[in-house]
Amino acid sequence: MSTTKLAPAKGAGPERSGRIGDKVFSGAALGAGALIVTVLFAVALFLIVQALPTFTANPADITGGEGFFAYIFPIVIGTLIAATIALLIATPIGVAVALFISHYAPRSLARGLGYVVDLLAAIPSVVYGAWGASFLASQLKGPYAWLADNLGWIPIFGGPASGTGKTILTAGIVLAVMVLPIIASLTREIFLQAPMLHQEAALALGATRWEMIRMAVLPFARGGIISAVMLGLGRALGETMAVALVLSSGPLIASLIRSGNQTIAAEIALNFPEAFGLRMHELIAAGLVLFVITLAVNMVARWIINRHKEFSGAN
Amino acid sequence: MATLMTERKRSALTRNRLPRYSPWAIAAGAVVVAAALMSLIGFNVFGWAVLSAVLFAVANVSAAAIVEGRRKAVDKMMTSLVYGAFLVALLPLVSVIWTVLVQGIPGLLTPGFLTTSMNGVTGAVDNASVENGTPVLGGVYHALVGSVLITLWATLISVPVGLLTAIYLVEYSAGNRFSKAITFLVDVMTGIPSIVAGLFAAAFFAMILGPGTKTGFVAAVALSVLMIPVVVRSSEEMLKIVPNELREAAYALGVRKWRTILKVVIPTAISGIASGITLAIARVIGETAPLLVTAGFATTINMNVFAGWMASLPTFIYTQIMTPTSPSNADPSTQRAWAAALLLIILVMLLNLGARLVARLFAPKTGR
Repeated sequence: MSTTKLAPAKGAGPERSGRIGDKVFSGAALGAGALIVTVLFAVALFLIVQALPTFTANPADITGGEGFFAYIFPIVIGTLIAATIALLIATPIGVAVALFISHYAPRSLARGLGYVVDLLAAIPSVVYGAWGASFLASQLKGPYAWLADNLGWIPIFGGPASGTGKTILTAGIVLAVMVLPIIASLTREIFLQAPMLHQEAALALGATRWEMIRMAVLPFARGGIISAVMLGLGRALGETMAVALVLSSGPLIASLIRSGNQTIAAEIALNFPEAFGLRMHELIAAGLVLFVITLAVNMVARWIINRHKEFSGAN
Repeated sequence: MATLMTERKRSALTRNRLPRYSPWAIAAGAVVVAAALMSLIGFNVFGWAVLSAVLFAVANVSAAAIVEGRRKAVDKMMTSLVYGAFLVALLPLVSVIWTVLVQGIPGLLTPGFLTTSMNGVTGAVDNASVENGTPVLGGVYHALVGSVLITLWATLISVPVGLLTAIYLVEYSAGNRFSKAITFLVDVMTGIPSIVAGLFAAAFFAMILGPGTKTGFVAAVALSVLMIPVVVRSSEEMLKIVPNELREAAYALGVRKWRTILKVVIPTAISGIASGITLAIARVIGETAPLLVTAGFATTINMNVFAGWMASLPTFIYTQIMTPTSPSNADPSTQRAWAAALLLIILVMLLNLGARLVARLFAPKTGR
């Protein structure tokens, strides 16, 4: 077979079919890549097209009767409140869990513990929602009443506390549980990449374990932690079911322990199934706003990660 | 030399250090004191454990502060905080699994739960079963069928697109700007809120087939928007670690690039790719929000993904909780919801476990 051919002859049967196969295959691969780019643009495009009627409609016809901005503003703020609560809780715990797995837990246990944290991420969001609504909310009734009685002078704990516990604070706590594994697993990766020589040098100079972490690990991981938190923020902003099931929604209020507030994602999920006509366009416009916010957050996070990647190679 | 060092330094080393048994002693003391305190205000195991842990941390840190100095005390405090944070993170996991097990097992064991749909199960039926104390009627068969079909179609769409994109990125692009753009957009796509993916599919089909089109296929499209980036990322990572020597060996034998990819590269990476796909399936099978806006709610069995509303496990859980079948007696609906939640968690865990198994089964047989 190889004796007769000096050079790959053009036009021979199997050769040609091979070349066509190559073309088809590389074309298909390129097409799939292009499809993904198209889909992302299509997501934006269809949302814009379907949202347009909202912006041209008579402001009095929009829910609330004062135009789209007055409609969307409270739920954007509600979304931000819920996400902020989630991050305030999940960031310190998530970073600590990552540290525990990477630097504190015994080597033999660390892998298994990593899986356990990943299990948290595997539980479907609707189950968290059901858990938050039926178990967590009723557990938090007492603490909320206590907060309202003793710290009621702070606006965010203004009473009277919700009788069901279904408040934005509960929703934020459930969101924190869902964001935690994301922050923990991403920061764990970064902590494991911290240069071993720096850590050993710190220990050799007599630093305690915490001093070693503070001087050799955390400065290295700062960019990674920030981007992990941003990715967690993206998830918290877009998470729907936890809020839809847990929060008994209402108008925008300052108190976190009374029923009220609403997030974009939950607003869509609760109303879209029955929506038609202008209401549907309105909800799609709300989805567009959510899309833009999460897109911006994710892009910044990815940008930080990519920048960080180039630095980390130098070590 | 070593003996000389220890002879000279021992006193300095042992001075200002707590004895080795001190943490155990402090722990024992904390447990006893916590038990005593709890018995004053009413005993419960959870409060006892928390109080013991807090007392232990405080006593341990103060002992270190007094005997060993500030630096050691800070170190011990941070250690306690890190351990504490990990235990706090485990609490919701344990609580969720416990709640689902306790609430879900009775419903899951009810005869007919897995084999009947909600067709004909009305509020009156639920009221009757509560009043007469008979088993709760109705089940999740329609939702199970819907979940499996929708996920299957989503997989059929996502796997070819995702895998081919990964092949393009690793084998063909050679790191050009288009591939960088794809990688960036795929990363961004992972962050699309699931409800927005649902809205996209709903808006897309509303434009093609008229407003209000809700079928299983629309839901499958929505889920594949969420699934494709996961498949791309995991397959890309797996293709990248296929050693270049294998490709070069194939080229040296005169094998075409596409046959090299199909016969050499993919079989080598198949274990990782398959487990990545399984994990992606596990992720989308629990998605609720996109199904709410794309597939509608059904109470009957619908085997056709191209026509009619379709139920699924997550939306079944959601509707049973939010709008109980019988508003006056919500218990049967709650029971069905928790049983479905347990079923869903079992499915997801099996898929996660399956991913590990698949990775091991398809692992390439190396010479070493």
